[in-house]
Amino acid sequence: MTDPTARLSAFQPDESTLRPPVLPPSDVSYVVEDTPIGRMLLARNDSGALVASGFVATAEDEDRLLTRLSERVSPRVLRQPGELDEARTQLEAFLEGRTRAFSLRTDLALASDFQRAVLPRLAATVGYGDRATYGELAARVDRPSAARAVGAALGANPLCVVLPCHRIVASSGALTGYAGGLEAKRYLLDLEAGHR
Amino acid sequence: MSVKLPAFQTLVDAHWRDVARLAHALAGPVDGDDVAQQAWTQALAAYPSLRSARNLRGWLLTITHRCAMDAHRGRARRAVPHDDPASLASVTKAAPAADVALLDGPMLDQPLWASVAALPPRQREAVVLKYVADLDHPTIAAALGTSSAMSRRLVSDALATLRKDVS
Repeated sequence: MTDPTARLSAFQPDESTLRPPVLPPSDVSYVVEDTPIGRMLLARNDSGALVASGFVATAEDEDRLLTRLSERVSPRVLRQPGELDEARTQLEAFLEGRTRAFSLRTDLALASDFQRAVLPRLAATVGYGDRATYGELAARVDRPSAARAVGAALGANPLCVVLPCHRIVASSGALTGYAGGLEAKRYLLDLEAGHR
Repeated sequence: MSVKLPAFQTLVDAHWRDVARLAHALAGPVDGDDVAQQAWTQALAAYPSLRSARNLRGWLLTITHRCAMDAHRGRARRAVPHDDPASLASVTKAAPAADVALLDGPMLDQPLWASVAALPPRQREAVVLKYVADLDHPTIAAALGTSSAMSRRLVSDALATLRKDVS
């Protein structure tokens, strides 16, 4: 190999000295965690409030959520697990049945206007171990005919588990859909019913 | 008008090796890590004000080049006057010039890099940006503050010297 262009292209610094950059916590910090109900991404904003708690089963799901954070909160999004220690600890305790509530500041930056009406109402009115139907929740936000819209709003809940959309079921009592899959929803409802 | 930028972490994951490689090729193994780290810090600070999401790799490598040049100038400034032979000896040891720094450490292709280090600075930067960083001439020209035509010229002059040296 005498051609200098090929030899320049082949340049490789000593691999043992290479490491990714170390950057300080920025506008958005996140971590991806394996939990008993699936792979989840937790993110906080620059004031420390939780902005995302979402299911990311695949790399594509993860990319999609990171892109939303970049567009809706700030493009300075960094993987900083230490910044999410408190949220991870509380989520773990909740999923193991050791606690029944979260004491985390949350921010609905990723939510639509309608979700901003529905999700706080959900958190305020459907407690641990309770269930409600989409229609009941629709009535509680003064939109009694909007059960479907409520379903869509919950389906895109940016703060899964922390804002307990898993407690909302069909009027037949069936579990219906859940962002993390029906198995995750069943796990959460069984957990809250004391069956785990 | 807001630009849709990918999450910064995806840039880090996709390009940190390329940034490190260019930093090492321009600043040598001793300063390479610092240059790469500085480039990422500057990129993170400037990222939200970017007006285009095209050629993000080129943008990052252009910043890396600038940081390498800053490191080079910083080293030149730190050098003390050379009248005292004792201080001269300690200076060459502590603060080698950039081209010497390039060779200071395990380099895989010594004959070639000895020749690269001896090139005039602009030629050296251009040829490294072209073949180590794999950048196109418009991006190299922007990094060097010159025209694409001049970038081509610098690269071809550098290659002519390197071919002669290593043949």
